Amino acid sequence: MRALLRLAPLAAAWLAACEALHGGGGVATAPQTPAASAAAPAPAVVTPTGGVGATAPASPPTFAVFAAELWTMAGAPIRDGVVLVRDGKIAAVGPVADVDVPDGTPARRAAVVTPGLIDAHATVGLSGVLNVPHDQDMLERSAPVQPELRALDAYNARDPLVGWLRGFGVTTAHTGHGPGALVAGQTMVVKLHGRSADADVVKSLAMLAVTLGEGGRSAGNKSPGTRAKSVAMLREHLQKAREHAQKRAKDPNAPVDLALDAAAKALDREVPLLVTAHRALDLQSALRVGKEFGVDVVLDGAAEAYELLPEIQAAGCWVLPHPAMARASGELKNGTMALPKLLATAGVPFALQSGYEAYVPKTRVVLFEAGVAVGRGLSPEQALRALTVDAARLLRIDDRVGSLVVGKDADLALFDGDPFEYTTHCVGTVIDGLQYGVGAPR
Amino acid sequence: MLRGFPSSFASLLLSGLLAAVAAAQDAPLVFFGARIEPVDGPVIEQGVLVVVGGRIVAVGPASTPRPEGAIAIDCAGKTIVPGLVCSHSHIGSVAGADGSGPIQPEVRALDGINPRDPGIQKAQAGGITAVNIMPGSGHLLSGQTLYCKLRDVRTVEELAIRNEDGSVAGGIKMANGTNPQRDAPFPGTRGKAAALMRAQLHRARDHQQKLAAAKDDPSKTPERNLGLEALVEVLEKKRVVHHHTHRQDDILTVLRLQQEFGFRCVLHHVSEGWLAAKEIAAANVPCSVIVIDSPGGKLEAANLSLQTGAILDAAGVLVGFHTDDGITDSRLFLRSAALAVRAGMPRDKALAALTIANARMLDLQDRIGTLTVGKDADFVVLSGDPFSVYTRVEQTWVEGNKVFDLADPQDRLFADGGFGASDDQSVSLCCYGQQGGQ
Repeated sequence: MRALLRLAPLAAAWLAACEALHGGGGVATAPQTPAASAAAPAPAVVTPTGGVGATAPASPPTFAVFAAELWTMAGAPIRDGVVLVRDGKIAAVGPVADVDVPDGTPARRAAVVTPGLIDAHATVGLSGVLNVPHDQDMLERSAPVQPELRALDAYNARDPLVGWLRGFGVTTAHTGHGPGALVAGQTMVVKLHGRSADADVVKSLAMLAVTLGEGGRSAGNKSPGTRAKSVAMLREHLQKAREHAQKRAKDPNAPVDLALDAAAKALDREVPLLVTAHRALDLQSALRVGKEFGVDVVLDGAAEAYELLPEIQAAGCWVLPHPAMARASGELKNGTMALPKLLATAGVPFALQSGYEAYVPKTRVVLFEAGVAVGRGLSPEQALRALTVDAARLLRIDDRVGSLVVGKDADLALFDGDPFEYTTHCVGTVIDGLQYGVGAPR
Repeated sequence: MLRGFPSSFASLLLSGLLAAVAAAQDAPLVFFGARIEPVDGPVIEQGVLVVVGGRIVAVGPASTPRPEGAIAIDCAGKTIVPGLVCSHSHIGSVAGADGSGPIQPEVRALDGINPRDPGIQKAQAGGITAVNIMPGSGHLLSGQTLYCKLRDVRTVEELAIRNEDGSVAGGIKMANGTNPQRDAPFPGTRGKAAALMRAQLHRARDHQQKLAAAKDDPSKTPERNLGLEALVEVLEKKRVVHHHTHRQDDILTVLRLQQEFGFRCVLHHVSEGWLAAKEIAAANVPCSVIVIDSPGGKLEAANLSLQTGAILDAAGVLVGFHTDDGITDSRLFLRSAALAVRAGMPRDKALAALTIANARMLDLQDRIGTLTVGKDADFVVLSGDPFSVYTRVEQTWVEGNKVFDLADPQDRLFADGGFGASDDQSVSLCCYGQQGGQ
């Protein structure tokens, strides 16, 4: 992607030529003050004709997106590519010369177009912008093990940070209950339309959020108070869930137990355990439990994963490395901004995340975190894979998103240059064929 | 006011080891072939930077004369910028005032900085050469700040920048808004916060008047009061107020206080500074802006904008950026200005906002902040464009001594992170000078 920088004048000339060919038809985003973007980042839908509506049109419009550099993530990047969007899906994609774009089709254009970015782990929509008790729903502290808490029942699609992330090309997020309790609850996958949990959900149950190490301890004298107690309680719950599942398999009238039923889904490998842990010993504990119960484990944060690369490889685990800019203190004191690069070099599958923040920034921007990882040696292509196809595979939504392939959801991110460069702007996003502006210049 | 004070800290050195380092600077150093962005003038392609005795003696094109016996350092393909100046940082595991009260001007950051804190090495790895180390914002007044040079040192005294009279240079840290609000004796409201601060400044004014009335008569001199003495320095414009403030109304409250008592002031963070640009410009008060990746996290930052720097600059306000380390990471200080460029700030202003603008806010503009003949040889060697994510800080030099080198495995650990990167450091990390400044 760095090549684009050298080709910038060419791209500009090309864009001017496109403008002449296709006339207007692009999306005009009304100039906004910072107030409009920050205080009330309107989740307005901007239609290809430039109209701004509060709700989505009944059927998504047909339009084409031209790109000087089109990264489909399903093959080599295409120079001078186009994506034809119809009914919210990708109707055609390829080099301009090969794709038939009907006359009069509204067109947008950008220097670089990628699949809509996927934030592989966030708490957006649950950890609200104001950071007051009433908008912090990512952690219930009443009990240490509550896998029955659904993200769907806690996700606020209207939180301003949802629109903030969308303004940086993020179209899908894996979000839900956060770190901080042994089993904090469930996570979900959602499109960042900002409408409602029910309208935007992709997958209502994605993973079960587990925290090991110091971060998962309960306050005071409540359990778990140590690492070993945390693991014992987790094993106990999984064991009970196994027995409960066996009972229910034999007796259809056996009572529902939401907490055990949720854990049983991990035992069935329907969902993985998302284990937030940073120290090497806690990562090892996660692998040990995964092996004992035959559950899939995704290592989240994993600051010291570079100490355990052979073990992680042997376990076949995915890793969600902590955001590159996560503060290197506490359990992350041995963290490195080069972790994504180290994982890539070792061939460990990974995706990138914004994670959870207790203070400021209230949400990180996964595009920015990927940029810093690129600055510390991750290749731009690896970073883009981690933000698209690889994240989709991890979240088991690759049949719908993550690459630009005919029939998949029309989720796009448009940039005016190398997406990872500090000074590049996301100039628009498309989700399910609906086009969104990006708010104020920023 | 600092011009003329020996920029080298050689006079303070007791250790033979450090004396050897200082001696090594005596060989002139010539950095050639770099793109030099001096900040005080146009960019110089294929430029030459000459350093003698810890000072810049020449900056110019390839034809610039080189002193005899100089050590030449090939910087082809690199970019050299002035050492970055951070006007607001909490490195050195600094702590100031305690929980006993909201206003504690007698407390000095000097007495609470750990020179072995790895945050100092990490800041060097980010190209930072000078920094205003401040106590936190949980008080209306949390203490005296310390202006530091990020030399490789053994003691905090060696970090300190000194005034002409030998005293350590620094400002004073104040805050309003939500951070200092707590149970009594702390304020519970904004009105109470302003009243407490005004009352304290009136006491300081009284003390100042008593001192003036006593002249040299010991019998009339008021009892010593360390806190009031520090505030008298504030009233006499000798000590700059560094004021944490986010919301538009809080910013205007600071300006009101500043106009009432006539102190010199820098506004810090200013999340809603873009809503008060006209008033700030009219008051001629500089702003040290924080760049955060998203709004919120606290109520008063809900309207944070990435355009703040650009808007304030366009309004004519002197704009700097800061890390507020550990809120943002000193190793990514260049990124703060790059994001401001992204939001519309001119590139030259953004680079100035990391260097000379911050130097001005610390009264150090005659000594640091630009690559100007006569100034301290504080500079950063970059692998490329200062505002590119692909650019690495390769070397950081303070007063002609290399304090960071990406090629050194230990320094690289600080630059990227990894096992042990956040542990306190031994004092023996001061060895580059022994190899002739390389």
